[in-house]
Amino acid sequence: MADAKIKSMKGKTAKELNVKPVFLESGLEVNPVYTAEDLNATSSTHEMPGEYPFTRGIHPTMYRNKPFTIRQYAGFASPEETNERFQFLIKNGQSGLNVAFDLPTQCGLDSDDPRAFGEVGRVGMSIDTLHDFEIAFKNIDLDKITVSMTINGTAIILIAMYIAMAEKAGYDISTLRGTAQNDILKEFIGRGTWIFPVDKSVKLVVDTIEYCAKHVPKYSPVSVCGYHIRESGANPIQEMAYAFCIAKAYTDGALSRGITIDDFASRLSFNFDIYGNLFEQVAKFRGGRRLWAKIIREEYGAKKDSSCWLRMIAGGGGGGLTKEQPENNIVRSAYYALISALSGTQTMALCSYDEAYTIPTEHSAEISLRTMQIMIHEMGICDTVDPLGGSYYVEALTDKFEEEIKKEMKTVEKWDGIINAVATGKIQESVSKQAYVREMGMQTGKVPKVGVNIYTREEEAKDVEFHPYNLKAANAQIGELKTTKAARDSEKVKACLALVKQDAIEDKNLMPSIIAAVKEYCTVGEIVSAMKEVYGEFKEPIFF
Amino acid sequence: MKVLLAKPGLDGHDVGVKVLAHGLIEAGFKVVYTGLRKTIEEIVDMATENKVDIIGMSILSGTHLVLAKKMKEVMDERKLNIPWFVGGNIPAKDIDELKKIGAAQAFPTGSKVMDVVAYFNAIKITA
Repeated sequence: MADAKIKSMKGKTAKELNVKPVFLESGLEVNPVYTAEDLNATSSTHEMPGEYPFTRGIHPTMYRNKPFTIRQYAGFASPEETNERFQFLIKNGQSGLNVAFDLPTQCGLDSDDPRAFGEVGRVGMSIDTLHDFEIAFKNIDLDKITVSMTINGTAIILIAMYIAMAEKAGYDISTLRGTAQNDILKEFIGRGTWIFPVDKSVKLVVDTIEYCAKHVPKYSPVSVCGYHIRESGANPIQEMAYAFCIAKAYTDGALSRGITIDDFASRLSFNFDIYGNLFEQVAKFRGGRRLWAKIIREEYGAKKDSSCWLRMIAGGGGGGLTKEQPENNIVRSAYYALISALSGTQTMALCSYDEAYTIPTEHSAEISLRTMQIMIHEMGICDTVDPLGGSYYVEALTDKFEEEIKKEMKTVEKWDGIINAVATGKIQESVSKQAYVREMGMQTGKVPKVGVNIYTREEEAKDVEFHPYNLKAANAQIGELKTTKAARDSEKVKACLALVKQDAIEDKNLMPSIIAAVKEYCTVGEIVSAMKEVYGEFKEPIFF
Repeated sequence: MKVLLAKPGLDGHDVGVKVLAHGLIEAGFKVVYTGLRKTIEEIVDMATENKVDIIGMSILSGTHLVLAKKMKEVMDERKLNIPWFVGGNIPAKDIDELKKIGAAQAFPTGSKVMDVVAYFNAIKITA
């Protein structure tokens, strides 16, 4: 039996116990102590992992079977360099690569567009036509490698190129694998590579979902990103709530095209952010996983358990790392990795400790990789499923998170749903206000950050570094584009672009006409222009 | 005193520029924000239409020197002398270069909102 003093702490708030109150980033207050009385009937204490609603993990044995996948990012400027990297990876037994694209490709501009000047090949591979894809994937067996494309605004065109390339090379596209980020709604909130009005942008995402479900069923056309929403200033509750609202918008679109929930839901995956309070993040993922399962089963009537799984990549976010005393970021990243594993992630990625000011070196990328490997092989993180399950605090907070995420989703409903809330700037406004509060908290010391506003030391300021702009490579890309354009059948090009426009007017699925257009080497810029003639452009609501 | 905050180029990272907008408004400035992906010509158009006293450009993709040169060119062409600033991922070695081109000042990431506000206030007094 607990003695009287300890017993008297049960369920008491900080104020009642006369200690300093503690609030999480989400605004939730933390009690000084939690007991069995803080659990309720829906807590996961009697749940098994791999069992609906999957609070404790989506698989019964989780990492005992196979540890989380480690995925690190890499960007290569030219199609040739990308091809070299593919060859290298395959030789070394790897099977997946993330492809980053430069900003003109992401914004739908060709390399020779004046607006692209200074940006061609800067942050990733530059793609103008199918020709660039054919160089990047030369002599690559598409059955042996899965390609993950970080592309959003022009995702429909690049997915079409990937499919067209496979078809031209004689592959059976019904077995083609790969993923695209293709989460345009989060681009309006953070990252900013939108092109068309919000409703048309969502329509295009749904076009890719419908086409893939019918013709390329192994391809995962969408990865919903809470990550960028949080990095833009959202708190952990909003990160999950907005991501779920976005995922529901795509799901509703898919259902409206006659795809069943059990056919679609298992192709959906999520990308989430980790920084800040350890317990808050773990509860965010556990509570979020349970809520998502319930949404898919109770609201959408999914029969298959696998439809209800919240599949995620959860990694250490750049938002938590500092330019000051950067070695501290190695320690922070190790905690973020621990959080990710304790949350039952499927895939993990860590930012490198030097990413806040420079291009990660091979050495810093290796430290990130070793951080995750040390955890797997030395810390026993894979030995047992959901090691924090049953903790009074974590379970109580998990329950609280499920409830709060649900509440935040209701707020979005009050704004007439996510599409409207994004089009009118409501979400952007709420996120940016919070970014300001957080930043001022850091700058005034209200939010403690080691090395930044506490335990600071005089140090030589770390300077930011960029890859020098490769004008020669950019000009080569423009030259290549010119040659490709000159070799085209201009009548066919015209007809293809006219068909894209006509299909847009008739509100048809644009995938077939875009696939036909890219096969005739229509450029990304030409296709986007044809679509703009019908859809117009997004008019950014000015909110801050 | 009116400030135009601008996002030139293709870079879509607008957290910092919006944080500064909040800070300036709180400090009593009027703020006009261009939104993303504006050309330098569009930014200067907005600056004259809104009769702003200061232009601040936020650039995070590394294209600050290219865009600053363009800014200088357009300002000269139109014979304007509105003071303009650059903020964002600016390497220390580029700050002098930006000033040489014509920027009144550059604020690299990590600059404090209060310091930018103080700097703008100082302009207000000398103006």
